[in-house]
Amino acid sequence: MLTLKGLHKRYPDGFVALPSVDLEVPTGQLVALIGPSGAGKSTLIRCINRLVEPTSGSVKLGEQELTTLSRGELRRARRRIAMIFQDYALVDRLTVMENVLSGRLGYVSFWQSWMRRFPQADVDRAFELLETVGLKGLHDRRADALSGGQRQRVGIARALMQQPELLLVDEPTASLDPRTARQVMQLLGDLCKAHNLTAIINIHDVPLARAYTDRIVGLQAGNVVFDGKPQELTDAVLPEIYGGEDWNKDAESDQAAAPAEDDGVAA
Amino acid sequence: MPVEQQGDTRIWRRRDRKAAWQHFGVTLAVAALVVFCAKIISDQTTWEFVGSAPMQGADLAMRMWPPQLGYIAELWGPVVDTIHIATLGTILGVMIASPLAFLAANNTTPSKVFVRPVALALLVTSRSVNSIIWALMLVVIFGPGMLSGIIAIALRSVGFCGKLLYEAIEEIDAHTVEAVSSTGASRLQVLTFGVIPQIAPAFAGISVYRWDINIREATVLGLVGAGGIGMALQGAIDTLAWSRVSVIFLVILATVVLSEWVSAKARAAVI
Amino acid sequence: MSTAPPTTPPTAGAPRRWRRPPHIANPRTRWALYIGASLYLLWALSSVEVDVGRLFEGMTRARTFFAAALSPDFFTRWSDIRAGILESLTMTVVATVAGIALSVPLGLGAARNLASRPVYLVCRAILAGTRAFHEIILAIMLVAMFGFGPFAGVVTLVVSTIGFLGKLIAEDIEAIQWNAVEAVESAGASWLQRVVYAVLPQIMPRFIGLSLYRLDINFRESAVIGIVGAGGIGATLTTAFDRYEFEAVSAILILIITTVFIAEYIAGAIRRKVL
Repeated sequence: MLTLKGLHKRYPDGFVALPSVDLEVPTGQLVALIGPSGAGKSTLIRCINRLVEPTSGSVKLGEQELTTLSRGELRRARRRIAMIFQDYALVDRLTVMENVLSGRLGYVSFWQSWMRRFPQADVDRAFELLETVGLKGLHDRRADALSGGQRQRVGIARALMQQPELLLVDEPTASLDPRTARQVMQLLGDLCKAHNLTAIINIHDVPLARAYTDRIVGLQAGNVVFDGKPQELTDAVLPEIYGGEDWNKDAESDQAAAPAEDDGVAA
Repeated sequence: MPVEQQGDTRIWRRRDRKAAWQHFGVTLAVAALVVFCAKIISDQTTWEFVGSAPMQGADLAMRMWPPQLGYIAELWGPVVDTIHIATLGTILGVMIASPLAFLAANNTTPSKVFVRPVALALLVTSRSVNSIIWALMLVVIFGPGMLSGIIAIALRSVGFCGKLLYEAIEEIDAHTVEAVSSTGASRLQVLTFGVIPQIAPAFAGISVYRWDINIREATVLGLVGAGGIGMALQGAIDTLAWSRVSVIFLVILATVVLSEWVSAKARAAVI
Repeated sequence: MSTAPPTTPPTAGAPRRWRRPPHIANPRTRWALYIGASLYLLWALSSVEVDVGRLFEGMTRARTFFAAALSPDFFTRWSDIRAGILESLTMTVVATVAGIALSVPLGLGAARNLASRPVYLVCRAILAGTRAFHEIILAIMLVAMFGFGPFAGVVTLVVSTIGFLGKLIAEDIEAIQWNAVEAVESAGASWLQRVVYAVLPQIMPRFIGLSLYRLDINFRESAVIGIVGAGGIGATLTTAFDRYEFEAVSAILILIITTVFIAEYIAGAIRRKVL
């Protein structure tokens, strides 16, 4: 269970990204966070693991309050929260295996990580995860030798390596082609179900959000303007989130195309 | 781009009137400064000497030709010394520069208020003083010889490598660093997993590049007594043995060309 | 790296080991490199002669030296220092401007995508020639030709400025986006118009940055070429060294460093304004 209460972020230049956000995400739920660019989606999820320091308010993961933790405590708390990035954020010059194992950095000593001597259990798990995400045999490739979809799979494996309770996903599909994007969303959905993971996914693509998540939260200018089941996110509601009226047509045709391709992927 | 309305015609100019005047003013000021400086230089110059320069040059060339090629045999030692000075100096310099670069880079410094300015000041100091001047000072302390040369090269390289390195560190992909720190990694782990792999190629490239420059620098350090082929050059010039000077020039040229080739190959291999 | 054999046995079930793959895949090349590098280092280090007696002597000198460095004397030789710094500054300004003026045409000529083959080769040869020798060696020759004084210094700095800027300009031009040039060309532009409208705007920001950087370098170099008689603060500096006036040396060095610092600050400000 993740609980945000009165979460407020004001940047040093005076810009208020989040006026005051309240949100509760029960364990095992897959939440999509949608909204136009600059709505504060990225800020919101970065405030949860404090890559961005929230100005005020409370973030609770289970019973633990995250906003007041000291540096060392935050480090330990971060082990429970994994993150997946739009631009994959892999370390390009390290191998796939090293990238995946970097998910365990919070658990091993500096010297272990320096010498790349991770516990055998971690190595075993890394091999398993690489198979799960469909990258079997690529462990010694350098990360920059992979395609976009493969890189995002490494990012997912790295996140799961942490054995997290909470998954923060920042625009996982924005840099991918439509087909790969669906595959990645499918994979994320399956993995969250399998591990009973709570996940918050920032996503631009409304049809994808409708197809693969349990709940959709619409953010505009840092305010929650929609919160409901995917079915409840009707085309009438969308302009409220994104503003404007004329974009519905595109969304409809997009949506019509989506299920057809889904079947192809699943099969 | 400003557009002016004059009656029915809209006139388009590159600059509006104010900007044009400003531009003109700046140009004029720079031109005046240059003329003024040139005048000072000109006043200090004995123009008869300058007029006779072609004659002097021809005379010098005659004395240098033919080069006393047999002298090359005596130059192997100094050439090898020159290369050693450059290599050891570069290694030492890079060893000092790396930690300084991390202290100076915006995104890795432990303290922007205290540590960063100190590191930056050290880098600027190292960079503003040419290796020959460092050598002048070090020869006083360590005496003439390779040791002074090596340390002079190192001290000058610190600023150069440190600056390029900290700029490389500041340019790394911040998301990758975010990703590593969001796993709960410690500062040192973020450094070794998130930062160092990203700057490794730049680090190698900068070192090799500086080594190439240092070979050139090491060829002249001997002029102030800090070892290498420059010592031989100084000796030849002092005794007006111009036919030897030309041999030394040829050898220096060959060394520099060779080092440029090596560094180009090495950089290509690294990247 | 992808062709390297997998580091894990394919048998499932057994614990799978993982080692970081080495940077150089071939073990023979790897070890040859390691051993070669170590041997070279040993050779180089062993060739450094350290005279312990001289070092001890040096320590006392070092102490006076550092003491002097901490108590710089600006006043005793102030008129010499002032004249030297001013001369260095004037040399820097003249040499940089002249060097830029000459390096632009040479740089254009040395860009493979812009110049015809013979022009390219001639310009590249000139640039390579100007870069072949260290400034000091150039200065020695030019002092021998032009006599002592700042003129020889200015010529030295001009030549090395050409070598530096010309090469970098040429490289920048070779890296520009060619479609802009084609666009202007297809509008019927002449060679010069193409250069002015499509080439120069693309390299301008970096060119300005490099010119400012060269200004900075020229000032520092002017402090060095004075050692061989080519004018500027370097002459004052050598004199102070020869007379063992380390307080004055320290003062001069502080002035040089401060000037470079200020120059860098101003250059940064200009760059931010222009770019």
